[in-house]
Amino acid sequence: MDNARIDRIIDKHQGEASSLIQVLLEIQSENHWLPKEALERVSEKLQVPLTRIRHIATFYKTFSLIPKGRHEIHVCTGSSCHVRGATRLLDTVQDLIGIRPGETSSDLRFSLETGNCLGCCALGPEIVVDGKHHSKIAPDNVEDVLKDYD
Amino acid sequence: MPRINSATELEELRKGILSKRDPNKPCIAICAGTGCLALGNDRVISAFEEEVKKQTLEAKVDIRATGCHGFCEKGPNIIIYPEEICYIEVTPEDVPEIVSQTVLGKEVIDRLIYTDPNTGEKAAHQSEIPFYKNQMRHLIGNNSKIDPKSIDEYLALGGYSALSKSLFEMSPEQVLEEIKKANLRGRGGGGFPAGLKWETARNAPGEEKYVIVNGHEGEPGAFMDRALFTGNPHSVLEGLIIGAYAIGSHQGFIYTRHDSPQLRNNIAVALTQAEEYGLLGENILGSGFNFNVEVHLDIGIFVSGESSALMRSIEGKNPEPRPKYIRTSVSGIWEKPSNLNNVETWANVPQIINRGSEWYTSIGTERSKGTKLISLSGNIVNTGVVEVPFGTTLREIVYDIGGGIPNGKKLKAVHFGGPMGGSIPESLLDTPLDFDELAKLGAPIGAGGMFVLDEDTNMVDVTRFFLNFLTNESCGKCVPCREGIRQMLKIVTNISEGKGREGDIELLEEISEVAGAASLCALGKTASDPLLSTLRYFRDEYEANIKEKKCRA
Amino acid sequence: MSEILLQIDGREVEARKGMTILEAAQSAGIFIPTLCHHEKLEAYGACRICTVEVEARGRKNLVAACVYPVEQNLVVRTRSEKIDRIRKMILELLLAHAPDAFALQDLAKEYGADKDRFEKEASFCIHCGLCVRYCAEVKKKNAVGFVDRGTRREISFIPEIASKECWNCKECFPLCPTEALQAAFVLTKALFSP
Repeated sequence: MDNARIDRIIDKHQGEASSLIQVLLEIQSENHWLPKEALERVSEKLQVPLTRIRHIATFYKTFSLIPKGRHEIHVCTGSSCHVRGATRLLDTVQDLIGIRPGETSSDLRFSLETGNCLGCCALGPEIVVDGKHHSKIAPDNVEDVLKDYD
Repeated sequence: MPRINSATELEELRKGILSKRDPNKPCIAICAGTGCLALGNDRVISAFEEEVKKQTLEAKVDIRATGCHGFCEKGPNIIIYPEEICYIEVTPEDVPEIVSQTVLGKEVIDRLIYTDPNTGEKAAHQSEIPFYKNQMRHLIGNNSKIDPKSIDEYLALGGYSALSKSLFEMSPEQVLEEIKKANLRGRGGGGFPAGLKWETARNAPGEEKYVIVNGHEGEPGAFMDRALFTGNPHSVLEGLIIGAYAIGSHQGFIYTRHDSPQLRNNIAVALTQAEEYGLLGENILGSGFNFNVEVHLDIGIFVSGESSALMRSIEGKNPEPRPKYIRTSVSGIWEKPSNLNNVETWANVPQIINRGSEWYTSIGTERSKGTKLISLSGNIVNTGVVEVPFGTTLREIVYDIGGGIPNGKKLKAVHFGGPMGGSIPESLLDTPLDFDELAKLGAPIGAGGMFVLDEDTNMVDVTRFFLNFLTNESCGKCVPCREGIRQMLKIVTNISEGKGREGDIELLEEISEVAGAASLCALGKTASDPLLSTLRYFRDEYEANIKEKKCRA
Repeated sequence: MSEILLQIDGREVEARKGMTILEAAQSAGIFIPTLCHHEKLEAYGACRICTVEVEARGRKNLVAACVYPVEQNLVVRTRSEKIDRIRKMILELLLAHAPDAFALQDLAKEYGADKDRFEKEASFCIHCGLCVRYCAEVKKKNAVGFVDRGTRREISFIPEIASKECWNCKECFPLCPTEALQAAFVLTKALFSP
C-alpha cells in the first residue's frame, strides 16, 4: 500500500488524531492487513506515537499485522453456536486447512478467525467464508464447502 | 427534499406522504435482517423484483426490504400487506406463486404458512402465530412496516412527532421530567434510571456536552439492538435528538460495529435524510436548537462496550476503561459531560414523549417499566428477537413464545446477560422478567441476551465458555480482572476435564471475591458472575466432576 | 486553595481539592502499598494493590486510593480483613509471573501471600506500565508500549526507536518492580538490531 493511498485516507479524516481508529479501519479494509510502513506513515501524519498505534492494532481483532489469505473463514464461537456444536466444527476446519484461529495458511489460501457472535443464532453452528454464511452446517460437510474456494 | 422549518410544515409533509399512500395497495415486506439475509433473502428480494416487473405490476405492488421481523428461526420471512399474511422459509422458487396467488389472488398458500409443531394448528397471519401473538412489539413491531432507508415511511408512522412536541410544546426540563416519571431504565446492562443520568449530565458544569448511542452489542448471543437499529434507525435517532435537547447537548456520537455493513449503511442514510429535512443540524425544525451527529465505528471486542472504554475509543485512544470515580455523565469524552445510553433505551424515548409517562408506566412491573427486547437463543425451538412487557415470566418466554426446547429435551437453565450474567435453574422459571428480581437471583438481564440450555448441558462447561471468552475480550489492564480470569479459567478447565482437586471450588470463590471487589471496571467486577451463579445453583456438578474425576468436556 | 478534611485510619487529615486518597495519605505519613503508581506519572489504577475502603454519605465502597479523589468528611480505612485478603490475592496472582521480584516479596511477607499458590507462568512482567508510561509521559519517546489485550497483553519495544533512544537513557530500568525490564530490552535489541 503506497503512501499516497494512506494519505488520501488520512486527509479524508482531516488528519485528526482522534480519527486514528477510523483511519486504521479503512486501511485494513482496503488492504486487508496493516503493513509496518503503513503504521509508520499514519504515526507520522497523525502525530500519534507508534506505540499507541501498535497497541490499537493488536487490541482489535479486525486488524491484522500480517497479510491475510485470499479467503477469510470465520467460525462463529458465540454462546449459541457453542451449545450447538461449534467446537467440533472448528476442530474440523482446523484439521482440514491446517491452521489455528488467527493464522493464515502458508499458501495464502485461507485465514481463520473465531469469535464475534454475528447475530445469526438461529443458523448456528455456522461458518462464514468471505461473508457468505453456511448455516446449520455439520462437520462432515465442511470439506465440501471449502473446496469451492481456491 | 425540502427543508422543514416548523412543526406545522412537518405535519403538512406527513399529510402529504399519507395522502399519496393507498392503505389497500399490496406490499410485500421482505425481511432483510442479518439472519434472513444470511439465509439468502437477497435472492428472494431480487426474485420478487423480477416477478413484479415481469407481470408489470410495478405501479400496483410495493416491495419493501425491511429490518428484522424477529422470527429468525423460520427465515427467510415475508409479510404481505394489507392482510398481514406471513410466509416462512420462503425460497426464490416460491416467488411467482406468491405474487399470482396471494398478492393478486388474495389466496393463502398453505405450505408457506406457519404450522405449530405441537398442535398442528396453522397460522396465516402474524397476529395468529404464537411467536408473535404473545409479544408486545412496541419497538420492534414497526420493523416490518417500514423501509429503513426511507425517512418518509418513518414519518408516515408518526415519526419525529415526539421531537416536534418536545421542541415546541415542552421545555428541556419538562422532557427530562417526563423521562424520569416514566422510570425509563437503561437497557444496556445496569438498568440505571436514564432520567437521573440525563439530569446529571444536564446539571454538570460546562457548555459542551455529548450524547452517545451505544450500539456496540459485543455480547455473544445478543442481536436485538442490531435488529432494531438496522430496521428502524430513525426511532433511535429521534430519541437521541430529544435526549440532546433535554440535556443541552449539541453533539452526538453513534458508536457502532464496523462488521455490520447493513447497519452502517442504514445509519448513514438515516443521518443524511434527517439532515436534509432539517431534523438534524442547525436550527432543527426552525426551533433554534442545533444538534449534529458523528458516527464512530468499532469492531467489537467485548470491553469496548464499557462506557469509559467506549469514550476512549471515540477519542481515538485505546479502548481501556478508566476508573469511574467521576461519572462519565460529568466527565466523559475529552473530560466533557457525556451521556451514554444504549440503542434500545434511546428508542423508548419517542413513545414516552408521544404517549406520556402515565401510559408507559402502565406497562411492566412496579420497578421495571415498559417492554424489553430479548435475543432468544441456545437450545430453543424459536430463536429470534422477542419483545415483551416486563413482568412476563421466563416460562412464558421460553414456552409460549420460544416454542420450548427442541428434540423433546427438558430445560435445564436459562442464562441472562452473557459473560457478565448468570444462569438460573428450571425451578425458578416462573420468575418475572424484571431488573431487580433477576439481579437478586444472580442472573441480571444485562442487555437482554437470553440463552436457553437443555438437560444435556454441563454447567461447568458453560462457565468455562464465558471465562474463555473474557480472556480474549477484556483489556488486560488491571490485575484482579486479567489475572483473576486467567486463574479461574485454568481451574474451571481442570474441573471440566476431570483434573479438579479438593479445594478448587473454595479457591474459585476466593478469586471471584477479589475480582468482584477490586477490578477497575464493570467487566472485571462481574466477570465471575456466571461462575458464582452456577456455583449457587449447580454446585453439585462441580463437586461431581471433582470427585468422580469425570471429563465432561 | 480549598482545604478538605477527611479521616484516614481514624486520623484527621488535611488535603487540597484534586488530591487523591493516596496523596493525602502520603502527606500525612500513612502508608498505602502501590505497584503501578509513580509520582511523576498520571494515576493509572491498574494494580489495585492500593485498594482501600471509603465511607461517604453512609455508603461503604472499595476503591483504588491512587485515583479516588478526596472529598470532605470522607472516611478511609487502609487496612481491614477484606482489604488484606484482596492484597494477598493480588500478590499471589502476580507472584505466579514474577516470583523473584523483591517488591512483591516484601509485600508478600506483610500480607502472608504464598508465592506458590498458583502455577508459575513466569513472564516476569506484572503489567504495571511504569516503563511504558514513563517513556511516554516523562521522556516523550514512546519507545516501549503495550501490545495485545486480555491475558495476552505484554510490553514491547519498538526496535527502531529503542536503538536510537534507549542506550543513553535506560531511566525506566530502575522503575521496574520485577527488575526484568532490562532483560526484555536486551532481548529486543538482540533480536532486532544484531
